Amino acid sequence: MLRLFLPRDAAALALGAEDVARAITAEAARRGVEVTLVRTGSRGMIWLEPLLEVERDGIRQGFGPVTPADIPALFEAGFDDHPSALGPVEDIPFLARQTRLTFARCGVTDPFDLDAYRAHGGLAGLDRARAMTPAEIVQEVTDSGLRGRGGAGFPTGVKWRTVLEARGPRKYIVCNADEGDSGSFADRMLMEGDPFALIEGMAIAARAVGADRGYVYIRSEYPHAIAAMERAAGIARAAGLLGAAARGSGAAFDIEIRVGAGAYVCGEETSLLNSIEGRRGEVRAKPPLPAHKGLFGRPTAVNNVLTLAAVPAILAQGAAAYARFGLGRSRGTIPIQIAGNARRAGLFETGFGLSLGEIVEEIAGGTASGRPVKAVQVGGPLGAYFPPALFDTPFGYEEFDGAGGLIGHAGITVFDDTADMGALARFAFEFCAEESCGKCTPCRIGAVRGAEAVDRLCAGDTGALPLLGDLCETMRAASLCALGGFTPYPVESALRHFPEEFGLGRAAAE
Amino acid sequence: MDLPDDATARRAREIAGAHAGRDGALLPILHDLQAEFGHIPEAARPEIADAVNISAAELHGVISFYTDFRTAPAGRRSLRLCRAEACQAMGGAALWREVLAGLGLDEFGTTPDGRLTVEPVYCLGLCACAPAAMLDGEPLGRVTADRLSAALAGAAPC
Ligand SMILES: Cc1cc2nc3c(=O)[nH]c(=O)nc-3n(C[C@H](O)[C@H](O)[C@H](O)COP(=O)(O)O)c2cc1C
Ligand code: SF4
Ligand code: FES
Repeated sequence: MLRLFLPRDAAALALGAEDVARAITAEAARRGVEVTLVRTGSRGMIWLEPLLEVERDGIRQGFGPVTPADIPALFEAGFDDHPSALGPVEDIPFLARQTRLTFARCGVTDPFDLDAYRAHGGLAGLDRARAMTPAEIVQEVTDSGLRGRGGAGFPTGVKWRTVLEARGPRKYIVCNADEGDSGSFADRMLMEGDPFALIEGMAIAARAVGADRGYVYIRSEYPHAIAAMERAAGIARAAGLLGAAARGSGAAFDIEIRVGAGAYVCGEETSLLNSIEGRRGEVRAKPPLPAHKGLFGRPTAVNNVLTLAAVPAILAQGAAAYARFGLGRSRGTIPIQIAGNARRAGLFETGFGLSLGEIVEEIAGGTASGRPVKAVQVGGPLGAYFPPALFDTPFGYEEFDGAGGLIGHAGITVFDDTADMGALARFAFEFCAEESCGKCTPCRIGAVRGAEAVDRLCAGDTGALPLLGDLCETMRAASLCALGGFTPYPVESALRHFPEEFGLGRAAAE
Repeated sequence: MDLPDDATARRAREIAGAHAGRDGALLPILHDLQAEFGHIPEAARPEIADAVNISAAELHGVISFYTDFRTAPAGRRSLRLCRAEACQAMGGAALWREVLAGLGLDEFGTTPDGRLTVEPVYCLGLCACAPAAMLDGEPLGRVTADRLSAALAGAAPC
């Protein structure tokens, strides 16, 4: 029996995977061949999607990108010799070079097959956590060095301890799956490709802090991830992993999927909590911390998808096995997302510490257009633009901070030499103005003024430069959250590294 | 769906009722309403405000905060074009201008025949196959003017 694997990840679908699936079914029927077509998540090699795999002697052989027109020939050749043949998928250098802990199963298994999940190491972390006290689980996560993957890099163990120690009749785990940062798609890939990993991570978190309810807040732009999480939660409930007495452990824990409504700022944790409560997604002043007074005023652990999905492997393999990877205070692995104008765009999970240049030049292979790289924006719309001169910066929280940027959600957007840095700086302000929650004046009004100032500057009015500097300073100092506070990162980095694009000499931009 | 006001109100009450007892039910209710009516009908508002126990002003505040919620019906088909950075890096901005012009639109909006609403979106999570778009909820990657025309010519979902 022929066993084929084809992703149903949204990026694979966007590149025609469904047409390929239909062609496979039709061709198999025409030939009277029995085929099992397993729909998986994506391996993350998006330039090869749709990536079709066949299992032979226990080894997965890849073909990609394939089109429906390739299918008859692939059947004819017995899924062997074909121009799209890539050899054993796990030997493809892009994949072979990774350290896949969080994404170990993504692209490998059927995301809704709980038996396959267990057979590939799933639930070992939860099993171990069930034999531990909450304080021991928190200690294990603390020892792993895991920091929040949503952007701020806050130590997860410290956050969990605060919630564990907070008193309240009810506590919550809230998974932040708003993934609004352009250039990032790891949360989406994980939810579509290995949703049980997130559910297991949430169940472990719930045990650690004493929560009995969880929410997953997913942006509405992700209909496939929403459907996948709904389906996986239903399967987990039916299997007793979620629900009244989860897995006979006596501890009730269940989750609910909530859908955003098109507001970027709802990725900010307090705005997200307001949104779940049914309010405008305005940012709340801190304190109180969500860990003390979060959702419905109760102690709440808010964590990113990748943070929670890293936890099962940490519990299963031990804190030391995770902390072994990394650099300085950035421990473990980070799923880097290579986006935009990159030859090999996709998801690359690796220990912290590769240089930006290694990622962009070696792993991504430069630009898709074949033109020179001009800049890469790291960390989404609030992240800085890095010129090749800074490509020796190692991928780590402190290292990027030191280079005037941030790693954010680890999305890297590559631009070739046709990029218009003035237009990108203007866009940063435009985006901030569009998405501002409106609570602070520097963000709401400053962003509009900022876009005007960039226009003036690019039109040759150097008098706008001091104004731009003042605006950035005010936004940085007087914004309640990072939307207003970090918009100066893309603007000022573009100005600093590419002054000539704003009609300025290098000295003026400093 | 077009209903007389009292029928709309009745239906809104039913939709809200399905979420009774749920904490923070407002966004799920609004999503359900919009899925059914294509927008949040005026006649539904008093029912919803009543169901979640907030004032009309508060409800307006919530609906107006979120870009997803419409106050008027959109075109029969929906096209969302990603304006964010990774798509810009792959020529999205120029391509979207071309697409809009091809549809006879000066800016994002609904075609005069009401057939299609074209809206900007800030990232679809398809940044590794940019420029990206979504047509009636279906993702499209590495979009070109030709691929988009072909997709638009395809059968519209009912
Ligand atoms: C404007 C803004 C948008 C944000 N968007 C997200 C997001 O989409 N996903 C996310 O996990 N964190 C986002 N964050 C960070 C969250 O506020 C918060 O730090 C995070 O969810 C905490 O989880 P972690 O510790 O696991 O990273 C955003 C922050 C700001 C200021
Ligand atoms: S900085 Fe902007 S988005 Fe953040 S709280 Fe202030 S107004 Fe709202
Ligand atoms: S930036 Fe366009 S899909 Fe992410």
